[in-house]
Amino acid sequence: MLKLLKGLNKKVYLFIAISFILIFAQVWLELKMPDYMSEITVLVQTEGSKMADILKNGGFMMLCALGSLISAIIVGYFIANVAALFSLETRKKLFTKVENLAMHEVKQFSTSSLITRTTNDITQIEMFLAMGVQLLIKAPITAIWAITKILNKSWEWSMLTGIAVIILLTVIGIITAIVMPRFKIVQKLIDKVNGVTRENLTGIRVIRAFNAEKFQQDKFDDVNNKLTKQQLFNQKTFAIMMPIMYLVMYFLTLFIYLIGANLIDGALLADKISLFGDMVVFSSYAMQVIMSFLMLAMIFMMMPRASISAKRIREVLDEDITITDGQQEGLQIKQKGTVEFKNVSFMYPDAEEYLLEDISFKVEKGQTVAFIGSTGSGKSTLINLIPRFYDVTKGEIFVDGINIKDYKQTDLHNKIGYVPQKAVLFNGTVKENVGYGDNGKKISDKKIKEAIKIAQAEEFILKMDDKYDSHIAARGTNISGGQKQRLAIARAIAKDPEIYIFDDSFSALDYKTDATLRKELKKYTKEATTLIVAQRIGTIMHADQIIVLDNGKCVGIGTHKELLQNCEVYKQIALSQISEEELAK
Amino acid sequence: MKEEKHVKRPPRGPMAPLQKAKNFKSSILRLLKELKPYKFLITLSMILAIAGAALSIMAPNRLADLTDEISKGLIVNTKNLEKLTKDITSSLSNNDRLNAILDIQLNEKTSFTIMASSSITPEDKEEFNKFLNEIQTSKQEDFVKNLTNLPTSVLEVLLQDSIYQDVAITAQDKIAFLKVSQNIEAHKEIDIPINIEKVLFSEITLDKVQITSQDQAKFLELMSKVGEDQTQLYKQLDKAPKHIKQVIEPKMNMKAIKTIGIILIAMYLSSALFTYIEQISMTDVSNKFAKSLRTRISNKINRLPLKYFDRHSTGDILSRVTNDVDMIAMNMNQSLATLVSALTLFLGTIIMMFYTNWIMAITAILSSFLGFLFMSQVLGRSQKYFSARQEELGNLNGHIEEIYSGLNVVKAYNGSKEADRKFDEYNKKVYEANRKSQFLSGLMMPMMGFIGNLGYVAVCIVGAVLTMKNQISFGVIVAFITYVRLFTSPLSQIAQAMTAMQSTAAASERVFAFIDEEEMNNEKNIIKSLSRSKVKGNIEFKNVVFKYDGNDKPTIKNFSAVAHAGEKIAIVGPTGAGKTTMVNLLMKFYEIDSGDILIDGISTKELTRENVHDLFTMVLQDTWVFDGTVKENIIYNRQSISDEEVKEVCKTVGLDHFIKTLPKGYNSKIVDNDTISAGQKQLLTIARGMLEDTPFLILDEATSNVDTRTEELVQKAMDKLTEGRTSFIIAHRLSTIKNADLILVMKDGNIIETGSHEELMAKNGFYADLYNSQFEI
Repeated sequence: MLKLLKGLNKKVYLFIAISFILIFAQVWLELKMPDYMSEITVLVQTEGSKMADILKNGGFMMLCALGSLISAIIVGYFIANVAALFSLETRKKLFTKVENLAMHEVKQFSTSSLITRTTNDITQIEMFLAMGVQLLIKAPITAIWAITKILNKSWEWSMLTGIAVIILLTVIGIITAIVMPRFKIVQKLIDKVNGVTRENLTGIRVIRAFNAEKFQQDKFDDVNNKLTKQQLFNQKTFAIMMPIMYLVMYFLTLFIYLIGANLIDGALLADKISLFGDMVVFSSYAMQVIMSFLMLAMIFMMMPRASISAKRIREVLDEDITITDGQQEGLQIKQKGTVEFKNVSFMYPDAEEYLLEDISFKVEKGQTVAFIGSTGSGKSTLINLIPRFYDVTKGEIFVDGINIKDYKQTDLHNKIGYVPQKAVLFNGTVKENVGYGDNGKKISDKKIKEAIKIAQAEEFILKMDDKYDSHIAARGTNISGGQKQRLAIARAIAKDPEIYIFDDSFSALDYKTDATLRKELKKYTKEATTLIVAQRIGTIMHADQIIVLDNGKCVGIGTHKELLQNCEVYKQIALSQISEEELAK
Repeated sequence: MKEEKHVKRPPRGPMAPLQKAKNFKSSILRLLKELKPYKFLITLSMILAIAGAALSIMAPNRLADLTDEISKGLIVNTKNLEKLTKDITSSLSNNDRLNAILDIQLNEKTSFTIMASSSITPEDKEEFNKFLNEIQTSKQEDFVKNLTNLPTSVLEVLLQDSIYQDVAITAQDKIAFLKVSQNIEAHKEIDIPINIEKVLFSEITLDKVQITSQDQAKFLELMSKVGEDQTQLYKQLDKAPKHIKQVIEPKMNMKAIKTIGIILIAMYLSSALFTYIEQISMTDVSNKFAKSLRTRISNKINRLPLKYFDRHSTGDILSRVTNDVDMIAMNMNQSLATLVSALTLFLGTIIMMFYTNWIMAITAILSSFLGFLFMSQVLGRSQKYFSARQEELGNLNGHIEEIYSGLNVVKAYNGSKEADRKFDEYNKKVYEANRKSQFLSGLMMPMMGFIGNLGYVAVCIVGAVLTMKNQISFGVIVAFITYVRLFTSPLSQIAQAMTAMQSTAAASERVFAFIDEEEMNNEKNIIKSLSRSKVKGNIEFKNVVFKYDGNDKPTIKNFSAVAHAGEKIAIVGPTGAGKTTMVNLLMKFYEIDSGDILIDGISTKELTRENVHDLFTMVLQDTWVFDGTVKENIIYNRQSISDEEVKEVCKTVGLDHFIKTLPKGYNSKIVDNDTISAGQKQLLTIARGMLEDTPFLILDEATSNVDTRTEELVQKAMDKLTEGRTSFIIAHRLSTIKNADLILVMKDGNIIETGSHEELMAKNGFYADLYNSQFEI
């Protein structure tokens, strides 16, 4: 966890240093208080003491209390700043890192895990810093200081306190050792209860169709019982802790007094009163010692959680950025709108088999190239290589005659209009979503409207309350899948790219809309090069070139007619969708 | 790396924004009503909580008694000390005895001897004369005193060796004694000659202890060294003879101390025991209650009509099962007993404080309230920062989620600059909110500490004043120190418990609202039933009208059609046309508004839902697999299916090969998103459906996630399956349903065309349009 604290704003260290000093002062003041307390005790006990003395000591004690409060407030301020600064800067670092990760690295971590790491894990550590750091500094200082203060008073009392601390720590230790691993089991069981309930809800039609309500209920009862049993065990075991803790603390005070009574009884008259004062003071110092040990125990319980979070954050931060910008200077763009694959192979790092093997083809300006193949054939991976979401393992890819690795990533991306398989929409207006990104040029409202029209989205956008300024919820949850896809396509059109990449982007559209959209698009993008991944033969049969992929290998390149003649895989795919007669048309 | 599944949990602790119930009172009353079965344990816990609290109030008083007993052992027995001093000094001033001891030879003879003596200086003689004159005028009592003033030379003549009470006393002793007696007044050291001691002090008996004359003399000697200083006194007293110490030393009543100690131990032990029993019974109650709530919610899911789920999201119901139930259980476990014991403590402490001493009570209460006033000011102001933090964090998390899940688009459109800008903006806001809220929530502890100290000092000072006025004993102060602590802690506990009650009310409101939802209508009085083997397979729709709740227009308007046994019926149309509604009605998931659906001439209204479900096999578009093995997923809730049958059906849908490549074959666990693709999942659900031997079959986009080549394979298997059965097929890809006996074309909730493929193509209507669009550019 300490590693994470490195490289933060200099202020953080300054704040921690100041806090350290202030906590020292605070502990000093807090431990000074029992001294005044004993003064007051002695004064009250002794006949003929002056009121002024009591007031004076009371006043000093109050000053100590006030001083400790003030320093606690200042420390609180600094520590809160440290925690907040930590999360500010670490979150930023993490966010920037994730933005620059290659897509396969993102997949490896999984998006949801990355989100948790950037949100929950950082909050977790922030909480630990806010509470733990203070305790971590304060507890040992208090413990050591209080111990030195009481050590020379009476060995009987010291021993008693020692025993109390040992009993407490043992009890806490044993209970935590028993319960902690079971807490994880409880967490898993809660997830299971959730899982079964989710199952019941998502599969409600299936469950009812199979008359499986009882079956599901039995399943639920089973995990529910297990959860309840485990919870009961945990909580009942844990319930021992508090009474024992209180018992130890009360008994400690009581026995300090009882031993004190014996000591006083046996002492010389002259020592009795001071011994009595010592007794009162000792019992309060002993409490301080116990409290600081309890605080330490608490930190050790909080620590593992925070350190797991820290480890997860480090994992991301330590990941190397594999995709870097090329040398932009001196790039002579010779061609426009061409894409060329030269013996491209790709495999995930650490994988054993190639996902794509030895793919070569060239697309000329204005051409439409389609990729087809069964699920897992690698067609999506192939076109995701062009915007450098992944880097090729072997071979080279050229855009406009220049190796894509030589481009600055932003320049490369500016040439491409990419529409992903799953439409991505952001929280914002329709306009903002369509005119998204920094493309080197401002996209005009006119352009946006035109793009929306071509993408067949105009109809439903105009039906929305605020038309082009209508709000789109995060991830586009307030519009349908087909609508999302059309807006995602409009986004690519508005950009006026040299090269379009459609990664199975028409799947949520019905055939009719799909056809119209492509017709309109073709009219509009005569100059642009188009790369399409598709499932439907209808979508691609008129492409200039169709590349058939099977298990990562290119098994056929050609037009629809050519492939029907010479590519068995293509023919099978085609026949599974349209009948022989229609193919012949 | 594994996908993390997590249900979002609302934040807890001081920083959580307060959730409020819409109707606090009725929610709490409802909760109490539901808790009736646990009456006994709850009552027991409450009684124990009160008893425990009462003990913690009583204990400080015993501790005060203990302190008082101990402090009795600090101060000397003043009464005895005074008596002793008086007795001893009175011995010194007993003139008759002094005269007898000294046996002063003041007569003509000695006077003459003095005046005539050549060894006596004239000055001394003058002194003697003065003395003679003085004793005539002064009182008898001053005789000895005047005597002491005489010069030694004169005294040597006046005082002769003599015998008093069988003790020989020399003249020297007498002179020494006279000199010493002068010192008594001057608080100088007293060293009385031993022989005189013996006769001067008579034995004193004090508290049945005999004090010898020597002891008295020793005491006198020690006391003579004591000045004004009190501590000097104690130091000298420590040197006093044993017997004297016995009577004046402070007495600690060890027996009483022991008794108090035992009482305290008993109190602490029973208090701990009470707390423990209270806690485990509340744990028992809350967990069992939570369990029953979860079971009821889960059961409820099965009894709710499907239309309920159209209006409520999965996440909403899930959060009731876990978060809300958890919230109720946790608060019941912790807050209920805490509230009761805190209230008892609070009231009890106030009563005890006033009972012990009202001035001190007012001091303690006033100082604590002052502190709390201050704290509530600070905390009241901080509430808005807590909710601000929650809100800003929500915004930031939302942004992060958005960017991470759309990272490919962000990259491809160079959106990271904009994403960074927004991120920085949110991050900065979170930072500001964090600083403030962390700071304020960190203030709680030190402020509580300060309030404790404030009360402590106030009690000490006022207590000291009262002690000095002898109105209270020191033990009262000790007791009040504890009272202040006992008094301040329940205040914050009560405040916390109250907020906990608020969120409990809110949670139970949601839970019970769900449990009270209207259920599907009762089917107890349905007597008709159709068995699978006897059904022929005819279905007739008769003027069916159906409207979804909340919709203005009916989704199905006056629909009539007949499906004969063994026919294949296809339902086609664009997304959202209401194709799935037909399935829902067939399956009796929803009740139709008017018209009828007849199976072999029997209205489905006259059949139980269970009976209808039993007649249908249904495979849906959204593939539903559960946490379990492949085999379990295929067999599901049916018991009579053998492994062979499972294998057979998997071969038919082309899954067998894939399953065999899994590490444990048919016994491999299906973990969501991991090992198995959407297409494979769909095949699995098809296999599950195929095992069902029913007269009717419904396929709702059952092959949409499978690529077209696999689909063809499955299609063949399904054609075999549909043989002899009446089947309803909803499909996206029109090629798959071309051979249907009847095609129903739906658009915007209406059935606009019906007929076979050929008929519909000939019509050249919507269907033909739809069909042809597949081949357009």
